[in-house]
Amino acid sequence: MNTYLKYLSTGIFFGFVLVKSEVISWFRIQEMFRFDAFHMYGVIGLAIVVAMISISLIRKLKLKDSENKLITIQPKDPSQITRYLAGGTLFGLGWALTGACPGPLFTLAGAGYEIILVPIVGAVIGTWTYGIVRSNIKH
Amino acid sequence: MIEFLQQPMPWYIAGPLIGLIVPVLLLIGGKEFGVSSNLRHVCAACMPRNIEFFQYDWQKEGGWNLVFIAGTVIGGFIGGWLLNNPEPIDLSQQTLAELKALGISDFSGMMPEDLFSWSNLGSLQGIVVMVIGGFLVGFGARYAGGCTSGHAIAGLANFQFASLLAVIGFFIGGLIITYLVYPFIL
Repeated sequence: MNTYLKYLSTGIFFGFVLVKSEVISWFRIQEMFRFDAFHMYGVIGLAIVVAMISISLIRKLKLKDSENKLITIQPKDPSQITRYLAGGTLFGLGWALTGACPGPLFTLAGAGYEIILVPIVGAVIGTWTYGIVRSNIKH
Repeated sequence: MIEFLQQPMPWYIAGPLIGLIVPVLLLIGGKEFGVSSNLRHVCAACMPRNIEFFQYDWQKEGGWNLVFIAGTVIGGFIGGWLLNNPEPIDLSQQTLAELKALGISDFSGMMPEDLFSWSNLGSLQGIVVMVIGGFLVGFGARYAGGCTSGHAIAGLANFQFASLLAVIGFFIGGLIITYLVYPFIL
């Protein structure tokens, strides 16, 4: 199968699950931050467990990708504490306001919520602004 | 069958299915799961100017991810439009009561019409929620080097301390809005 078709179908699958599990809902995100239901914690928690098991299997079996290259995952630099905490907090502010992280932003657009184009444009401008000020802020 | 596909998916099915995307992307092409990089690729493709952060081969690095994200739009169309669940979301009574007390009245879709509508875009509330909220998602994700998919799922699954810090940050920010900001602006 064409490589791009593989990524496209994986994306379709992801978007479908995001809608059907209601992860793209502003209400579900509010429910999560209010600790009123297990739903979001269940989704994210089990996703982590399945990904964790898969990654360790891939490592243990020394699996290769479709181009026959050994699969490796770049470690993230844990010394940049400010970056992750401050950046993460800013992201969290946006996540609770819009009720959507980047995946759901695009899925909501597909599901017919055209007003989400406003936060999407906002997110692109936010990313662009980061690119400008990047060298001036602590990481 | 149609009725079955319209049903909401319980967390114990959705969670593992989302988790499987991590190994699938690794096996297809050695790619790491992460959605917010797409916002950077869009900037690099459309308005790189002379900004160093956007000077890279976006097609080579991000082409696959832009195709992936196009897929999530289609997935959203199929699941949220063609096979839309007509029932309101089965929220916890507690959240429902708290949001009603804050003045939210529309619980029919994925987002409250009270906040997310073109007419509300003219108000300060609408600008904070939609424009500033979106801006912070984009700025914060890049500053933190990832979002929910890259840090909370892929990063934590790979035992990255950096991702744990980022996820702690996600919650600090989320709780500030929920308990300190929303009571004022709603």
